[in-house]
Amino acid sequence: MTIGTSVKRVEDPRLVRGKGRYVGDIQLPGQCEAVIVRSQHAHANLRAIRTQQAANRPDVLLVLTVNDLPDDLPPIPMRLSPEGSLELALQYPLAKDKVRYVGEPVALIVAKNRYAAEDAAELVEIDYEPLAPVASVDQALSADAGLLHPAVGSNDLFVIHSQKGSVEEKLKESPHVLQEELYVQRHTGVPLETRGLLAVYDPNRTSGKLTVYGTTKVVHFNRQILARLLKQDESQIRCVETDVGGGFGPRGEFYPEDFLIPYAAMQIGRPVRWIEDRLEHLVATNHSRQQKHRVTVGFDEEGRILALRDEIFVDTGAYIRTHGVTVPALTQAMLPGPYDIEALELTTHVVATNKTPTGTYRGPGRFEGTFVRERVMDMIAKTLGRDPLKVREINVIRPEQMPYSNGISALGQEVELDSGDYPRILAHVRRVMNWDGFAARKAEAAASGRLLGMGLAMFVEKSGLGPWEWAEVELLENGEACCKTGLADVGQGVKTMLAQVCSDRLGLPYTKIRVVHGDTAAVPKGNGSFATRGTVMGGTAAWQAADALRSKMLQTAAGLLQIETAQLGLLGESVVMQATGQTLLSFAQLLEECRRQGIRLREEYTFSAAHMTYPYGVHAAEVEVDQDTGRIKINRYYLAYDVGRAINPLLVKGQLVGGMAQGLGGALFEKLYYDETGQLLSGTFMDYLLPSSMEVPDVEVEILEWAPSLLNPLGVKGAGEGGTVAVAPAVANAVCHALQDYGLAITSLPIRPELIRQAIRQGKNRPKGAEVLS
Amino acid sequence: MSWENSSQRGIAVKPAVFDYYSPQTVHEALLLLEQHGFEAKILAGGQSLIPTMNMRLASPKVLIDIGRIGELESIRVSEEEIQIGGMTRQFLIEQSPEVARYCPMLAEGIKLIGHPQIRSRGTVGGSLVHADPTAELPVILCTLGGAVTLASLDGERVVPAEEFFLTYLTTAIEPNELLVAVQFPRIQPRSGHAIEEFALRKGDFAIVLAAAAVTLDEAGKIAAASLGLGGVDGAPVKLDQVTDALLGLEPDSRLIQECCEQIRDIVEPESDIHASAEYRRDLSVTLGRRALETALGRARLSLT
Repeated sequence: MTIGTSVKRVEDPRLVRGKGRYVGDIQLPGQCEAVIVRSQHAHANLRAIRTQQAANRPDVLLVLTVNDLPDDLPPIPMRLSPEGSLELALQYPLAKDKVRYVGEPVALIVAKNRYAAEDAAELVEIDYEPLAPVASVDQALSADAGLLHPAVGSNDLFVIHSQKGSVEEKLKESPHVLQEELYVQRHTGVPLETRGLLAVYDPNRTSGKLTVYGTTKVVHFNRQILARLLKQDESQIRCVETDVGGGFGPRGEFYPEDFLIPYAAMQIGRPVRWIEDRLEHLVATNHSRQQKHRVTVGFDEEGRILALRDEIFVDTGAYIRTHGVTVPALTQAMLPGPYDIEALELTTHVVATNKTPTGTYRGPGRFEGTFVRERVMDMIAKTLGRDPLKVREINVIRPEQMPYSNGISALGQEVELDSGDYPRILAHVRRVMNWDGFAARKAEAAASGRLLGMGLAMFVEKSGLGPWEWAEVELLENGEACCKTGLADVGQGVKTMLAQVCSDRLGLPYTKIRVVHGDTAAVPKGNGSFATRGTVMGGTAAWQAADALRSKMLQTAAGLLQIETAQLGLLGESVVMQATGQTLLSFAQLLEECRRQGIRLREEYTFSAAHMTYPYGVHAAEVEVDQDTGRIKINRYYLAYDVGRAINPLLVKGQLVGGMAQGLGGALFEKLYYDETGQLLSGTFMDYLLPSSMEVPDVEVEILEWAPSLLNPLGVKGAGEGGTVAVAPAVANAVCHALQDYGLAITSLPIRPELIRQAIRQGKNRPKGAEVLS
Repeated sequence: MSWENSSQRGIAVKPAVFDYYSPQTVHEALLLLEQHGFEAKILAGGQSLIPTMNMRLASPKVLIDIGRIGELESIRVSEEEIQIGGMTRQFLIEQSPEVARYCPMLAEGIKLIGHPQIRSRGTVGGSLVHADPTAELPVILCTLGGAVTLASLDGERVVPAEEFFLTYLTTAIEPNELLVAVQFPRIQPRSGHAIEEFALRKGDFAIVLAAAAVTLDEAGKIAAASLGLGGVDGAPVKLDQVTDALLGLEPDSRLIQECCEQIRDIVEPESDIHASAEYRRDLSVTLGRRALETALGRARLSLT
């Protein structure tokens, strides 16, 4: 039984010895390198692209502009949350007529090596006719703004509206109404290994003529798109996932390069590799998160929310990418979180701007919505002078209300919270953080001039997005098992998880289960790894497949031993008597028998799920603020997460701690700054501030298994994103608490020391308790 | 030799084409500088130059790598000063007991430069000549009133720190000159040094940094004091107006605070994406005060 135990990762021995093979490690004979020439302008007409000089350089093999691509090449389609009207705002692999963001691919150069390609890239002359850039949502929606996509008719590309109950009426009845504008900055997942692709084309092969290394996350889906764009049969394309240095959402989607590199390889008949550099990465790979929320909330004297209205503006960037309206839709659907709110009205605008297009990043929509909602909870508490924890207790959905539909849909399904004990987790955090005793500590610290604060944030996550996932499990001749999965390995420990799940069913050590993934030649189908779906969907598929294999093994043994199947079990690589554990037949003997009878010990399973499953948790932070500089020091950070059932608590903890570090980046450090001309100002790691080990505090993690999912036999809920989504409000609430005498109300991210220092300086000059809005 | 045709095996070389020289002596390096002048860049530790070349923000035609000139790597202590060779790696300074003993500000400040990996490559001369307005070494050199020795084929000249740093990334060095050594004055008896900086993350370039040196007379009154700031102008700013007001006094915290308040009106920082001018002013006051207080405290400690 390895389910529930913190076994070591099967992935690591190879990786920590430097034996990982990333796409940049592959060297093939005749391999060439590609470089992309990208737009320097945020918004401009392309009058001419002159490539002759570049093409004449020695060692240059191919130069492509849009004129060299097929006339009928379609744009890159939406993978998730497609909306017909948005097809007019999709991106073509190379800019046509117009560029719409700094970093948009304009030309591709392939040369014998990267150096020659970079030299040639400098010789491409692009004749731009600059257009007025639209650098912000406000600008995009102003009456005189130029349109990014005139065919759509507006920069407000798409509007999502949901309503439950009558907000107007309830707001009128509310004793208190609070209005606030909150803002989450543009930032994104930054895998330390940038994107990379290697395409090999061999026209002499009868099938699988084109091989693409470097695809990940949604390998089968990307093959399907590539086949469509190249007008090839899917069977002619093999996509292979190599080791991946971080995914986090942006990595692995279908980008312009995912078409261009295979296309180039087919043109020149030599392997073509492209490795994104960091400057490119920060302008070319999906951005995320940038949203503005206009919240109106009505509540009673106790802090009970009677109505919530939120008008949300998503700065979606220059094009609609593969995620369609996933982030806007999820923002809305998950905004109410753990609270039972009678009347809701949510409107989300998907707004085009001349900036890098956006997509999902760990906790898409929830990082943003949780910040907004949990700050609002604290603002309600502050308005009423009540305990913020108490206000949450009053509002949370009770266990007896489960399953609970919040009335809003996303990803094709209504949000139906399947299980959870929200009041209990609030009581738990009250105790763990010694919440009630903090006032005395705070006062004591204040007496010696120190500013302490404590804050918390509650969150609900979603996991296990369908529609289905596939697995096949086989007991091999050598006594080991092979598990094929449609999931992708982006470093999250998917192989270990699947090995544990199979081990549990098969009575084999988890180290004897080989997991095969990410190669379309080996795995016939799959939906990949995203949306915290791996363990719920892929884990369950493997569990079911292994369970079917188990039955087959037991039946075969029962026939041989003349003992009823029900009395038999699998343990220690043997068939045993279930009751006594007595060994009856080794797997070697069983395999021998199966060989004789011509039985192949292989089963597959496709697990489908119409509804997601919803884990939940809480983050709490104790901070100290340096009055003179505004620096925030996190003295204690705690997070509790009910994942239903943890297959491997060590891996869950790893997910949560790593997720917290990314959440902290979004809370305090990371920001993709654009100036008014649409130029990215934080385009290197000197200016795009990722938290390092020196900035991330110790994180106390408590994994709870209070409310197993009823939607899958393992009872699991996903663990991938809960570490990230509530960091910003937990820290913000703690900082506001520390500065309660100065009246700081944090309404925007990141929380930079400057903002805090400004509040302290202003607060010193004004009466205690006055509100200072940032 | 040229890198142009050397990359057939897939070596990822990203800068634009340049000629590369690796002189073995200062004289050889100066000959090359004389020959190539404006077109040449000196490669020392490469911590700023290489990234800008890789991003093709800088495309020098000629690179003169002084990394093999042994005579430029030294730490020598004399009666008056510590003289450090231009090519001396920062980590050697960090680990030097002489530096810790005779120039505590340098020992303390050098640890604030980037991360260990950066200090293991970065050089004292490279940092001074690069002259980033928020770098530690220029501020330390100005605060202590040190100097640099610049060599050319015409001979050597010694330039005091306050004349060396002109503005953003610009110094008084001529295209045919090489920074061969830097002189930091030794700490005097009854003195204290301190350096304070504020960065958004550990190891980042500072938003603002302040360095202070205080010397007391035998009665415990301030005989000499200096305060320097980085990150508030194109070059380090020395605040003699502030420290002169403390001479002959035995200041308490309140007096230092009062003196430092005027920094707010003296400095004229600019805003960027990491901090506004107003915040930099504010930090200047706080860090200046903290540095002075700490330096004074250490000087007093040395009296006992």
